[in-house]
Amino acid sequence: MSTVVSGVETGGAQRGAPPKPGRGLNAGQGHAAAWLVAPTILLLGVVIVYPLVKAVVMSFQKDSGLDPTTGLFVQGGAAGLSNYKHWLLEQCATPGGGTVDCPPGNLGSQFYDALWVTVFFTVVTVCVEVVLGLWFATIMNRDFRGRGLVRAAILVPWAIPTAVTAKLWLYIFAYEGIANRTLSVVGMPHVLWTGDAWPARFAVIIADVWKTTPFMALLILAGLQVISHEVYEAAAIDGANRWQTFLRITLPMIKVPLMVAILFRTLDVLRIFDLPYILTQGGGGSGHATTTLSILVINQIRAGFNAASALSTIVFLIIAFVAFLFIRFGGADVVQRPPTARRPGGRRVFRRRARVDGTAAPTEAAPADATATTVGAGG
Amino acid sequence: MALQRLRRGLVPAGLGAAVLTALTACGGGGGGGGGGQSSVGASARGPITYVTGKDNTGIQSQLVAMWNAAHPNEKVTLKEQSDQADQQHDDIVQHMQAKDASYDVVTVDVIWTAEFAAKGWLVPLKDQFALDTSKLLAPTVSAATYHGTLYAAPFASDGGLLFYRSDLVPTPPKTLDEMWADCAIAKKNNMGCYTGQFFKYEGLTVNASEAINTMGGKVVDDKGKSAVDSPQARKGLQMLADHYQNGDIPKEAITYTEEPSRSAFEAGKLLFLRNWTYVYNLAKTDGSSVVKDKFKVAPLPGVSGPGASSLGGHSGAVSVYSTHKATAFDFVKFLEGDAQQKFIMDKGSLAPVVAATYNDPALVAKYPYLPTLLTSIQNAVPRPVTPFYPAVTKAIQDNSYAAIKGDKSVDQAVKDMNAAITAASAG
Repeated sequence: MSTVVSGVETGGAQRGAPPKPGRGLNAGQGHAAAWLVAPTILLLGVVIVYPLVKAVVMSFQKDSGLDPTTGLFVQGGAAGLSNYKHWLLEQCATPGGGTVDCPPGNLGSQFYDALWVTVFFTVVTVCVEVVLGLWFATIMNRDFRGRGLVRAAILVPWAIPTAVTAKLWLYIFAYEGIANRTLSVVGMPHVLWTGDAWPARFAVIIADVWKTTPFMALLILAGLQVISHEVYEAAAIDGANRWQTFLRITLPMIKVPLMVAILFRTLDVLRIFDLPYILTQGGGGSGHATTTLSILVINQIRAGFNAASALSTIVFLIIAFVAFLFIRFGGADVVQRPPTARRPGGRRVFRRRARVDGTAAPTEAAPADATATTVGAGG
Repeated sequence: MALQRLRRGLVPAGLGAAVLTALTACGGGGGGGGGGQSSVGASARGPITYVTGKDNTGIQSQLVAMWNAAHPNEKVTLKEQSDQADQQHDDIVQHMQAKDASYDVVTVDVIWTAEFAAKGWLVPLKDQFALDTSKLLAPTVSAATYHGTLYAAPFASDGGLLFYRSDLVPTPPKTLDEMWADCAIAKKNNMGCYTGQFFKYEGLTVNASEAINTMGGKVVDDKGKSAVDSPQARKGLQMLADHYQNGDIPKEAITYTEEPSRSAFEAGKLLFLRNWTYVYNLAKTDGSSVVKDKFKVAPLPGVSGPGASSLGGHSGAVSVYSTHKATAFDFVKFLEGDAQQKFIMDKGSLAPVVAATYNDPALVAKYPYLPTLLTSIQNAVPRPVTPFYPAVTKAIQDNSYAAIKGDKSVDQAVKDMNAAITAASAG
């Protein structure tokens, strides 16, 4: 994400540079502008840059160890890369000063499991939510009697705080809860929803989909509402059937809001914490089947700040990288660039072509994107 | 009771989003002993603040009022924290890292004492602050002792009890063998036999440690080093795993925290339940309880006599950053006074730490489980007293959970537990 922000800044600098010879439109306003922007920059520095830098600095320090004679903690000193090795290579320190593979039950042994579970949650929930969200949005977009009621009903899950949602589903997935009662009506055995690995994972996915599909639907609905009726009428006159209308008109025209919605949800699920923490406490299976990266960070915070800093820096980089991929290649146009700020070269070609292709011939959009990507990366 | 409930595996909800920011806000590094701070204001008197978890039963404010009436020049202000144990812990950590002088007396859960003491935040209770512990129950004192020094004054305790269906089991089992033999009665009545709390959370550490300690094993030794790799510890975990496999412990028990296990017992689905004292009053009075007059309590069964319960409870500790330490220490002693101990039992259902309170005839008439509770606490073993408690409890939970479910052999689980506890304290 940082790349994009700096991109804007460079763009701004370029824009500021040209009016050298004559007195341009913005000339003479530089100082005033700097003063006006300063408070915002300062605030961002305090609440974003400082914690980030501090966390990175802490991640290179050892967690405090015990002084064997007094039993008191002493500062750990510089750690080099050992905190990162603890997570990425799953190495644990031994009392003698060497390293061993982290034993099961140590948080260090759970990094890749947590990464895998988090990615699994992300892929499954976002896919399901996109499909359901499109469906719900299409329903909400129609004109029919009682539309207000349907819209309100669809949005209710989103309005409930996540902690409450999680408790709610905890009762539903209890051993004698509604889910198991319902299953037994159709003759299926009781499931240990919060105990076994896969049921626990699906419990989290079901609860998350229930909760956030409305969000997806809402963003898609906003996209649907800007498509004018005339386009559909024209399509109808041309004899397009429903499926063709959806594929050739609706989808391309909601591409940008849809990608933004997918980006938001992806980043959200990559950081998911409260729902699985309350529902399963990260448990299930052999003990950590639903431990996501954020749960791992929080568990580690209690056991040692500096190792937790390293882990959260790793998580931050992973999430930032995913966000970058989305914005750079996925067409999630979150950072609205003013037209003049576009850099010349490959990227502009890619953007323009993607957009043109997107509206005119969606089926070709994907290959076009792919070639443009290579061009963009090369230039 | 209220405090006891707090320590359940409750949830710091909403911590998730700003992980990085929260991390830094929680403070950097920690560590560094506060040795020099202990003497500041050591004999100074004046108003102080008493920090404790949410006062659901109102007893803390009444205790403070009692003190204030007698000490007009050394008034105590009550500061209530959240009602969730994790948040109380983090709140104290943040204020101590900020060297906050307004946290004079803090309420410390038994499992936090070592961590706070090792950070150098608690005034050692020796020399000028020496505490008379002769009247106190021994396990409560050892739970508050770290590295040979007492760091906190226990004021409320708790122990596990065996709730049993007295209509079906006329004489309660004294030993584990007797209890498992009684499971035939459960089978005949088509109900579950025994459960504790086997969900993967702090309660599992409590239950797994009880099994290990009862068989004569140990989780850590006196120095805080792992001592779990022993035949006794294997026997304890094997017992839980075997009886989970053969159905004596119902399979839903691995989803049970305190409350679901209480509900199951109150619904008449269990013959035996291991739980804390708070269940007694609720099971007697709950509208939904079908066992109101059909249950009694007994000490947890052991090998040949009472088993080794894990110890719950809270202590009062004086902060090294307090500027009125003499008053703070007097207040901590006041909480252990006979009158106050009777009061917290009578009005708050908190288990006293003064042995004599358990023999008070008026209290025993009102709370018939008191003598049983006394036996339980007298035989209790504190959970590992180690400054690395969060990592140690995780090592116990993950591996005993896998062993009970049968995902891992007991032998492997004990080996892994041993390695993980060792790794936890290697720093």
